[in-house]
Amino acid sequence: MNKHYETVIIFSPLLAEDDVKKGIAKYHKLLQDHDGKLVEERNWGLKQLAYPIEGKSNGIYYIMEFTAPGTFVSKLEVEFKRDENLLRFLTVALDKYGVDYNDRRRQGLVGKNKTVNTEKTEEVAS
Amino acid sequence: MSTPRKEIKFMTQAKQIKRPKKYCRFKKAGIKYIDYKETDFLMKFLNEQGKLLPRRITGNSLKYQRKVAQAIKRARHLSLLPYVADLLK
Repeated sequence: MNKHYETVIIFSPLLAEDDVKKGIAKYHKLLQDHDGKLVEERNWGLKQLAYPIEGKSNGIYYIMEFTAPGTFVSKLEVEFKRDENLLRFLTVALDKYGVDYNDRRRQGLVGKNKTVNTEKTEEVAS
Repeated sequence: MSTPRKEIKFMTQAKQIKRPKKYCRFKKAGIKYIDYKETDFLMKFLNEQGKLLPRRITGNSLKYQRKVAQAIKRARHLSLLPYVADLLK
C-alpha cells in the first residue's frame, strides 16, 4: 500500500552545490531501494529563514513528493537526523485533497495567476 | 397575552451600521486543502506580531481554522513564518 508523502528539507547554506546534489541523490537512492516512486521534486535553492537556525540566516530548501510504503518514512527520518548538513526536515502524509491540490498546481490551475483558464462549469464539476 | 410594549421613540434614529456578514472563505470557495508552503496566503491569518488571529476575527469555520493553524505551525517549524515578529505586515 503506497501512500503519498511530501518532505521539505533545509540544507545548510554553507554547502557547495555538489554536496547538495550528493545529498539529494542519496535520498533518491534510498527511496528507490524501498520501492518508492518520486512524484515531484522542487529545489527552491537559497532562501532567507524567518528566524536563525543553528546560527544561520538562510538555507537551501528542497521539496520532495513521493509515494512509498508506510514503513519507509521512519527509516528516511532516521537518515535525516544522521545527516549533519540538514538543518530541518518535515515529512507530511498527503490526504486525497492534498494530492489533488498538488496535481492541480502542477497543471497550473491554482492561484490567482492561473496559467490555464478553466470554465466555471468545469470548476464546479471537479 | 403579553401587554403591548410602548414604543420608545427618540428624536433622532440611532444609526445601525450594517456589518458585512462574515463567512468562511474556504467553505464558500470550496477549498479543501491548505498548503503550509504558501506564506503569502497564510499571512492573512496572522497579526503584525506573527500571532494567529482568532476565529471571530477571521470568520473561518472551526474545521478550517484548525487546518489553518496546523499549516501555520508547520510553516513556523520550517522557518517560512516567524514565531515572534515585529511589524510583520
